[in-house]
Amino acid sequence: MSGLMTFLIALAAIAAAGWAFRFTGQKVTGNAPRFRDMAFAVAFGYALGTAVLIWAVWTYVQAQFILPEAEANKYFYFVTAIHGFILFAVLAFLFRLLGRAVGTAGSRKLFRQMPLTASFGVLVILLYTFFAIFAAWLAPHGQEQVFAQANVVPGGNPALGGDPAFPLGTDQIGRDILSRLIYGAQNTVGIAFVTTMIAFLLGGSLGFLAATLRGWVDQSLSRLVDVLMAIPALIFALLLITVASAWVKGTGLTIAMVLIMALIDSTRVFRLARAVGMNIVVMDYIEAAKLRGENLRYIVFREILPNATAPLLAEFGLRFCFVFLTISSLSFLGVGIQPPLADWGTMVKDMSSFINYAAFAPQVSSAPLLAAGAIALLTVAVNFVVDWMLHRSSGLKE
Amino acid sequence: MGEAAANLILHEKKPTGILDSVLKIIAQRLALGLLTLFIVSIVIFAAVNLLPGDFAQAILGQGATPEAVEAIRTDLGLDQHPVKRYMQWLGGALQGDLGSSFAQANFASFVGEDSGVRTSVAQQIAPRFANTMFLAGVTAAIAVPFAVTLGILAALYRNSIFDRATNILTLSSISSPEFFLAYVLILFLAVLNPWLPSLSNIYDGMAFSDRLEKTLLPALTLTLVVTAHMMRMTRAAIINLLASPYIEMARLKGINPMRVIVKHALPNALAPIINVVALNLAYLITGVVVVEVVFVYPGIGQLFVDSVKIRDIPVVQACCLIFAAAYILLNLTADILSIVSNPRLRHPK
Repeated sequence: MSGLMTFLIALAAIAAAGWAFRFTGQKVTGNAPRFRDMAFAVAFGYALGTAVLIWAVWTYVQAQFILPEAEANKYFYFVTAIHGFILFAVLAFLFRLLGRAVGTAGSRKLFRQMPLTASFGVLVILLYTFFAIFAAWLAPHGQEQVFAQANVVPGGNPALGGDPAFPLGTDQIGRDILSRLIYGAQNTVGIAFVTTMIAFLLGGSLGFLAATLRGWVDQSLSRLVDVLMAIPALIFALLLITVASAWVKGTGLTIAMVLIMALIDSTRVFRLARAVGMNIVVMDYIEAAKLRGENLRYIVFREILPNATAPLLAEFGLRFCFVFLTISSLSFLGVGIQPPLADWGTMVKDMSSFINYAAFAPQVSSAPLLAAGAIALLTVAVNFVVDWMLHRSSGLKE
Repeated sequence: MGEAAANLILHEKKPTGILDSVLKIIAQRLALGLLTLFIVSIVIFAAVNLLPGDFAQAILGQGATPEAVEAIRTDLGLDQHPVKRYMQWLGGALQGDLGSSFAQANFASFVGEDSGVRTSVAQQIAPRFANTMFLAGVTAAIAVPFAVTLGILAALYRNSIFDRATNILTLSSISSPEFFLAYVLILFLAVLNPWLPSLSNIYDGMAFSDRLEKTLLPALTLTLVVTAHMMRMTRAAIINLLASPYIEMARLKGINPMRVIVKHALPNALAPIINVVALNLAYLITGVVVVEVVFVYPGIGQLFVDSVKIRDIPVVQACCLIFAAAYILLNLTADILSIVSNPRLRHPK
């Protein structure tokens, strides 16, 4: 009850502050239009924003400098989140500066128009690609290697139960978490990428085929896709994986999952490829190619495909995010990427009980959040880049 | 006189004509939805039954005795023709009989006798279905007003700091996996600040307030996922409308911006917004599966995942059918509501 009272009093105080802010603004500036026409909701918004900012800074200062360590533990994640946010913002800014100074005229121009969110996205994607390709050299240990020291606390501080040999600790059976995170970049991202590629090859070529041939090919393929799309993707994937799991185990099941996800996602790609293809097929140059007597393969791959790359590329980014999230969800549910491959979704599932120790030993519970955060960071980055690309290509101001 | 009568007839006939066409469109959509559901049921059945190999053998594994395999085969009617089995399955499903689950069938055959007390799939699903509907209801009750208000505000103050901040926040929440959001909420609202319970152990005969408290954290997680989509689509729909001439007119008359939105833009934006809401509730279906597993919420999604792991085919089929039906139904609702709420169709000239 007292919590509710505090909340209501805080709300009233913010409302009063908003009103006072507008009133003083009007008096001080002599009724400048900016303050005269300000709606109360806007003034309230400014006051609320300021209050949140003050609260965040105050909590940060308290946790960092004032409170004793045992009490500051409560704010460990808050402080870490702020550090992470500032670190990435500064890195993205520096990366954009670098991009503006180095490179060809074209790439420099690209970086000049880039918002900070997009440069953050590009930077994160590059980092992940780097880790995925060189995982075997960067990881200190193997992904399946089991050590005698299980449940080592992240942080590498021996006083808190850490071990400098395992900077992010080890899991319940003694596998190095840092190595598994780095190998996870290779496995999780790599498998999602391969799945998206297969989905695009299958859906794209069938979509263009349907757009070019029309008639019964188009009709039967489109109706089939309609039916497959009437079942939610994750549900359908779970059904098909159940069936597949009766026949294959372990790595075989991972491959089956890749094929199942590729099939389900190719229906979405088919829709787009067909729609884009339909618009291109009616062009004069296609007519000319047909009159020249070019065969179907030439028309699809040399005439339609080059003209459909822009929308397909943006779709590739979004599709990749979707596949990546679905595969992670499947792994989290225990039916996606199978051990011994290290994978972020499985890591979250295996270590999720660590979260309950956050109140007194925050470092312990950071392990599952790191894996889940690694997934979120990449999808956020890809979405930021795709958002910017769509904004640029549509030329929208809103 | 004649002309007036003709005029009257014309005015009389036209509205009913348009109403008829609305009804006709709705009837068409309904028929199409039913047809889709029928075909989807065939797909779900075929996915399990038309694959090569002996299913009973695959379920029981290499070490199974021939008797056990044979017991499963006759128990499930695997020795009958697939079309006949499909008819029986669909007929049963329509009457609420979804068969009996494998976990129970297995047990019966190992004991060597059928005690006749095994629970049917329908009995297993019914209470969980109610729980899931409760979760979805609480989520919708929080998410819909929140998302629509945020969307209107973002459209009203577009390109301001508020709009940009919400854009970044919603984009991040769309991109995060559901379990990440769930664990972050657990971390801050259940572990670091013990305000809400992190486990949703719901049982029959609980007080409503208890039940609501235990449902709140999963509902908040789903709200975060759905609100982002809903809010972005509401914002887009309203911005689209704000470009039209009659809004420009209202603004030039000097009406204050909030009134322009609420009185002039919103009635016409209702159709797209209702559409957005229904579509996003359909999106909840996917989210429910993961969120129920994280919070150990005894709903249909958790049953589904558990059955997938132990390959309990009848339960998996039944859950799949229910999820697909809900998905199709919500999409159908979105379709029909957007037709009905179109002012041009409701108020014919």
